[in-house]
Amino acid sequence: MSLATFTTPTVNRPQSSAEGLSEKITVRDLDFFYGDHRALKSISMPFYQSKVTALIGPSGCGKSTFLRILNRMYDLYPNQRAAGHVRLDNEDILAPSQDLNLLRAKVGMVFQKPTPFPMTIYENIAFGIRLYEKLPKSEIDDRVKHCLQRAALWEEVKDKMNANGLSLSGGQQQRLCIARTVAVRPEVILFDEPCSALDPISTAKIEELIDELKEDYTIAIVTHNMQQAARVSDFTAFMYLGELVEYGETTQIFTSPSDRRTQDYITGRFG
Amino acid sequence: MAVEVSSALYNTRRRRNMVAVGLAFGATGFGLLWLVFILAELLWKGFSGLSLEVFTQMTPPPGGSGGLLNPIAGSILMTVLAVMIGTPLGILAGTYMAEYGRYDRLTTVVRFINDILLSAPSIVIGLFIYEIMVAQMGHFSGWAGAISLAVIVIPVVVRTTEDMLTLVPDTLREAAASIGLPRSLMIQKVAYKAARAGMVTGVLLAVARISGETAPLLFTALNNQFWSLDMNAPVSSLPVVIFQFALSPYHDWQQLAWTGALIITMAVLALSIIARVLASKRKTS
Repeated sequence: MSLATFTTPTVNRPQSSAEGLSEKITVRDLDFFYGDHRALKSISMPFYQSKVTALIGPSGCGKSTFLRILNRMYDLYPNQRAAGHVRLDNEDILAPSQDLNLLRAKVGMVFQKPTPFPMTIYENIAFGIRLYEKLPKSEIDDRVKHCLQRAALWEEVKDKMNANGLSLSGGQQQRLCIARTVAVRPEVILFDEPCSALDPISTAKIEELIDELKEDYTIAIVTHNMQQAARVSDFTAFMYLGELVEYGETTQIFTSPSDRRTQDYITGRFG
Repeated sequence: MAVEVSSALYNTRRRRNMVAVGLAFGATGFGLLWLVFILAELLWKGFSGLSLEVFTQMTPPPGGSGGLLNPIAGSILMTVLAVMIGTPLGILAGTYMAEYGRYDRLTTVVRFINDILLSAPSIVIGLFIYEIMVAQMGHFSGWAGAISLAVIVIPVVVRTTEDMLTLVPDTLREAAASIGLPRSLMIQKVAYKAARAGMVTGVLLAVARISGETAPLLFTALNNQFWSLDMNAPVSSLPVVIFQFALSPYHDWQQLAWTGALIITMAVLALSIIARVLASKRKTS
């Protein structure tokens, strides 16, 4: 059975522009449970390679929950369970045999609050590199520099690589976290409201960065900010009460949503 | 528009406030008075006996001259051993409770038992070690003393390790997991690093706690009036010597007891200050 053929009424797969798109992650009939509470209800949607997919919806709609399934972050906690199918390059990541550390090395994550490790700026990046690769010092130095450049932070920190990562400003810390994520060479990067703790200037920098990163990575971003979703994403999924209400190209979702609830949300009538 | 203030209501409130503040100051002063009194007495009586001989000579027979070298050495030896035995056990148990078994029933049980052990009278611990070590071996020994002190160290370190690791935010654990870090490495490289200052503080507090313990040593290490670092034989310690000398009728022994008490107090004070400095470093970093 081909996974690409399933459809649900709410998922508007891009028809005209579908050519050239490949599904990096395919989600099908995904349910999620906190204990007995069913937080996600039969979600089915794709995440396309080298595209930014935004998950929007009011608080508590399950968008962060959804994102945290894609790297199985929920596995850190008891009584949380996902059911259904999530395929990353045709590999079922929900399978019990899935190696979580390898999965998370492939699917990186940037969090709402910047979370630098309590070590130097250099170590914050080098730590992740050394985890999976055995490289000589000079090569690690190059990679650290490259990752910080990639995260548009190099110019600001190149003279204080031995300063504590926590000494940076909030926006710089968040870019450090992006550099750290990139350092592990993931294929997918998940952003969980990456700008909600940042000021507008830092937010603009991060958005710019996401736009640059999507050439090389598949990106999923959860955001409260609809303008942000409109600015950075190629595809948008609107979620409400644990259901995927509507999925489609961002321009289509924001200009001609087919569901009444999507329209109400993006026009600010609720949420 | 001004609210009409009922002066009677306002004045009553003010009077009550003054009484409450007065009581609070009074209680603080009463508590501090005795503390200052004790410290002043200790400094007054102890300081006059402080000399080089205290640190270079053995405990004297009554009427002879001597110092506290053997109990100081014995105390340091047993304290260091107790910390070396108790700290790894405490840190490992605390790590299990905060990291691996956070949601397990076993953790709740261990935490409950640990809290009981934390507040167990130290004389009970001394009797316990007497029963399982001294009575079995047939003689008092430094090992028994060190182990009974270790039993006091363990719950303190378990508690602070668990507390300090619990304070490490889950977001940091998630961040570590998100780059594919296995849990064991996350604990070693991230959680311990973030909690380090607090955990060190816990160990120092445990040292402060055991350096003044007398009861468990009375039943285990006993005492030794000669120079001996043989852990299979009775070992001298400052608290026990203070206990013995303070109760004696000889003036020079009583003087040494005061001096010994001063040395312990100053050592504990120094450790507490180090612990405070480390703790404040944690807050600012």
